[in-house]
Amino acid sequence: MINLPVFPIVIPALAAIIMMFLPKNVRLQRGLALGSIFVTLLVSLFLVHTVSQEGILTLNLGNWPAPFSITLVSDMLSALLVTTSTLLTFFIIWFAVHYFSTAYEENYLYVAMMFLLVGVNGAFTTGDIFNLFVFFEVFLISSYVLIVLGGKGVQLRESIKYLLVNVLASALFVMAVAYLYGAVGTLSLADLAQKIPLVDNPNVISVIGVLFIIVFGLKGALVPLHYWLPGSYVVAPTPILALFGALLTKVGVYSILRTYTLLFDVNGTFLQTFLIVLAVLTIITGMVGAIAYNDVKLIIIYNIMIAVGVILYGIAINTQTSLEGALYYLIHDMMIKAVLFMLVGMMIGITRSGQLREMGGLITRFPLFGWTFFIAALSLAGIPPLSGFFGKLLIVQGGVGEGDLFGPILVLISSLFVLFSVIKIFLNGFWGEERRQYDGPLIPFTNRLLVPVCLLLAVAVAYGFGAELMHPYITQAIEPLTQPELYIDAVLKE
Amino acid sequence: MDMKPKSNKRVNDVILQTAAVIIFFIIIVFSIHLFFSGHYSPGGGFIGGLMTAAALVLLLLAFDSKTLANVLPFDYRRMTALGALIAVLTAMHSIFFDLPFFTHAYDKFNLPLLGEETLHTAIAFDLGVYFVVIGVTMTIIQTIGESE
Repeated sequence: MINLPVFPIVIPALAAIIMMFLPKNVRLQRGLALGSIFVTLLVSLFLVHTVSQEGILTLNLGNWPAPFSITLVSDMLSALLVTTSTLLTFFIIWFAVHYFSTAYEENYLYVAMMFLLVGVNGAFTTGDIFNLFVFFEVFLISSYVLIVLGGKGVQLRESIKYLLVNVLASALFVMAVAYLYGAVGTLSLADLAQKIPLVDNPNVISVIGVLFIIVFGLKGALVPLHYWLPGSYVVAPTPILALFGALLTKVGVYSILRTYTLLFDVNGTFLQTFLIVLAVLTIITGMVGAIAYNDVKLIIIYNIMIAVGVILYGIAINTQTSLEGALYYLIHDMMIKAVLFMLVGMMIGITRSGQLREMGGLITRFPLFGWTFFIAALSLAGIPPLSGFFGKLLIVQGGVGEGDLFGPILVLISSLFVLFSVIKIFLNGFWGEERRQYDGPLIPFTNRLLVPVCLLLAVAVAYGFGAELMHPYITQAIEPLTQPELYIDAVLKE
Repeated sequence: MDMKPKSNKRVNDVILQTAAVIIFFIIIVFSIHLFFSGHYSPGGGFIGGLMTAAALVLLLLAFDSKTLANVLPFDYRRMTALGALIAVLTAMHSIFFDLPFFTHAYDKFNLPLLGEETLHTAIAFDLGVYFVVIGVTMTIIQTIGESE
């Protein structure tokens, strides 16, 4: 079973290709999508188990020796993130089955969703920076398909922006990779980590490092590279938005985490200050956006930015504790953002409006829906035993441990803003009285749509309660980041 | 009673059409040559597929999409899927021999007419790429071309 790391990439790809033959057979598409992702989920859980027993797994594609081949590296970090993204995609596709009309589903919807998962899982698994670019393209092209699907006027307008920004980012990515190859002469991450300290001129590496921040910052929506995010995400239909909000920005964050711990020596350099400043700006902008808007989708979208900023702050501090916190929070945020986007999409589907002042009283008619949202909201804000708490705690501990006080305090204040923004949705949307007769198209499907959402929320809550059980896995995931030798030795053994 | 004016705008493209039919075969043959030369020298599935697609586009320009659909009744979306399937399955075959994904197998064979040649599984992968490139290119061009 040396091929284990490749299965979470190949299974959805194969299923998607089979689905391409029969675009009009929607039942087969749904079944195949859910079935194959469920198998992928089992495989990735087995992958987590294997990695916890045997340490880092590597696979040299094509059986070429290590620094010359494309290496897939499944360490605990990548295995955990692959499992999380597969889990999310499973529930989001389940949600999408009930959400979309058949006519919509016939346009290769599930094929694009599956290829998005292929790209995301690939980006998490690959150990080669050019291959990382390739997997970025795989999920970006799928996301272009998903964002224009439906073809409304606003969608087309925003997708042009989205496309241009991402094409620009991809071009910069290739350039940065080319510079890196020019300076170091290799593209395998492990080999790069070994050879970068030997480069004569460290300034070249710093420039390349900043270029990579710009590339990944554009994907991860760091301020000041975030301007495309609210507009283009808000026009996407709910399941697509949930998929994007939960996965795409997080791949950017993961890439920063991987490259900055492995390749660029961050501690004490200006890169660290640069990252901290970006993180702080992102948190502040997110906070302002989250309380400024009355559109439920936009409120949650700005919450993405807060989360990205908090995780980035944990990464920038770069100690064992803060990185554990960042990873803990990353997994939490992926799950809970997916839940919230689906819930918010249901609110819009029931009331036919995204504006809070046109909602109200939903909880009297849909009590389960209301309380689900309430738990998700508390979890997002990080109320103790729920999942958001431990990640933030560790990040704050890490920051204080490094003698920084401004960052931790900002992280804590941001929690208040998060709580305020989601409770605002709860009070205005669910509490109070119905302002008018709701006649949205989703009303008959509410219970069916709630099943996947509640199950995912249950996983997220269990993740919070089981923090102690998760801790050995998280620690194991962070080890190769704080001690890059582990990663290098695993890839370049012999 | 049919008083429709004859379309005067239609350019006389006899030369283009006559030339296209001949050039089409030259391009196809050359693209196949490129496809097979790909293993050791410049060429391969991508460039071969692109050139084949170029030949099809030439027919499309000289005649019209209906003619092309009559002559070559392919569903190019299916062709894309077929190509991707061939490519992925070729890459996957090594899994069953417990070798890393994408490992290719090859051996020497004595073929009739050609003599001793090596055959690689990489050619099957390239064939997949070839179909994907033709399929995608033609799908894009037909989608843009049909919505007048």
